[in-house]
Amino acid sequence: MELRTGSNLPEYSVSQLAEQIKGTLEETFSRARVRGEISSFFRSGAGHLYWTLKDDRSGLKCACFRSAAQRLAVRPEDGLEVVVTGRVSTYGQRSEYQLIVDAVEVAGEGALLKMINDRRERLAAEGLFDEQRKRPIPYLPSVIGVVTSEQGAVIHDILHRLRERFPREVVLWPALVQGEGAAGQIAAGIAFFNDLEPGGPVSRPDVLIVGRGGGSVEDLMAFNEEVVARAIAASRIPVISAVGHETDTTIADFAADLRAPTPTAAAEMAVPVRAELRASLMTTAARLAAGLQRAAETRLARLETVRQQLSRPSTRIERLTQRVDLAWNRVVSDGAQRVARFRATLAHASGRLRTPVDQVRAMHRRTDAALTAADRGIGARYDQAELRLRLSADQPRLRDLTEQRLEQARRRWTAQARLLEASSHKRILERGFAIVQTGEDTLVRRAQDLAAGQAVTLLFQDSPPGQPIPARILEPVPDRRP
Amino acid sequence: MEDADLQALSFEQALEKLEAIVEEIDRDDVDLEQAIKAYERGVQLRDHCERKLNEAQERISKIRVKDGGIETVSPSSDDSDSPPF
Repeated sequence: MELRTGSNLPEYSVSQLAEQIKGTLEETFSRARVRGEISSFFRSGAGHLYWTLKDDRSGLKCACFRSAAQRLAVRPEDGLEVVVTGRVSTYGQRSEYQLIVDAVEVAGEGALLKMINDRRERLAAEGLFDEQRKRPIPYLPSVIGVVTSEQGAVIHDILHRLRERFPREVVLWPALVQGEGAAGQIAAGIAFFNDLEPGGPVSRPDVLIVGRGGGSVEDLMAFNEEVVARAIAASRIPVISAVGHETDTTIADFAADLRAPTPTAAAEMAVPVRAELRASLMTTAARLAAGLQRAAETRLARLETVRQQLSRPSTRIERLTQRVDLAWNRVVSDGAQRVARFRATLAHASGRLRTPVDQVRAMHRRTDAALTAADRGIGARYDQAELRLRLSADQPRLRDLTEQRLEQARRRWTAQARLLEASSHKRILERGFAIVQTGEDTLVRRAQDLAAGQAVTLLFQDSPPGQPIPARILEPVPDRRP
Repeated sequence: MEDADLQALSFEQALEKLEAIVEEIDRDDVDLEQAIKAYERGVQLRDHCERKLNEAQERISKIRVKDGGIETVSPSSDDSDSPPF
């Protein structure tokens, strides 16, 4: 029975079974999509990729050969949740099977975005995107380095925009911008430009534009690679990133010194508009010329003002007025001083007078002299002032001013003269007294000094000077002495 | 200003200096002699800026890695089947 059972089953050699399994598996799973997490990722020296795709219970060996690896949209890495597409292949020698992968997608956009996000946060924590690391973009670069695909619209858009704005020297580093190897080529381009010596055979760019056109998240993955972010951050030449469309943001954009929403915008950020610069330069140059002209005109105007001031009559009049003022101050103070001096002299003399006639005469003389002198002094100065006034007779202001001053001084002098007058002997005479004299200058003070028949003269208030009335004593003065 | 110093100035630097000179001349208290000197310097800067603007010339080349070495190729002399980027 046992033999029969055995004889009913076909007998395979190991290889035959292996072949059978291989045929069955490869036919059944010639095209399979498998979801799982990448682990034990490994890249061989020849460029083939190997990993194990696993879920919570099983593992599936995966291989991706070099030609396919170069076209992968997503760069496999450990921990990445992916959906791989390929065919099952068996390896009979070791009773193994594996999936030969030709496409890798991240399992769901959410998972991919999470991976990118985690990476971005890690690099940010490292300080790779810090503001103080950002280099300023030169205002007008001479040479622009571009790292992008040599095919496609990006380089075309950039060149087109540059041509419109400000034609410059452009050096292109052609690089794959998606798939396996893209990130490495992009990073190599950035490093290449940085290593150039100024003045070497290849012009060293003043600014770099690194980018590619729009695409899916997977398409843009090269610009999310750490190696690209690090190359941008390490670049001593300022980098403008231009990846995809406005809404696409990659890690490269964070690392770049300036992020352009599109390649065209990157060209706009790289160079100013030549026509605008020309206009601005012309404006500034015009301001320069106008500035100098204005500077000269200002000074001419100032010179003219000074010249006018030199010849303007009012200046002379003002000077004359000042001199008249000074003269008048002197007149006024002189007058007052003189009067004060006469008073002092009068007071002093009155204490020393021997006879009333002496006193009165002296007083009379001095008063007259003083009055005459004061009159002369004032008169002379008045004349002087009058002369000056006439000099500028056509200036009513000066005349008014001067006359006002003259009038003021005259009033003050008159008042002082009256004071002097009030204290003179004439006032005594006015009160009804008469001066009795015997001969010239001898005042009769006492009756007993007179004898009967003696000739005397009488001086009344209305007597003309030097003409006293002659008189004679009729009766002798009674001797009252005992 | 020395001529060599002037040549070393970028467009932006020269324009900034020019603007500073314009401000200087615009001041009322500037010495006339000084204003004239500033103006002459300004004219030099203006000419320098103008030269920089006129230097605008498009020149395109691309890097090619060949036999481990690197060479620059201008698009016109490049292989005819490569795209005229």
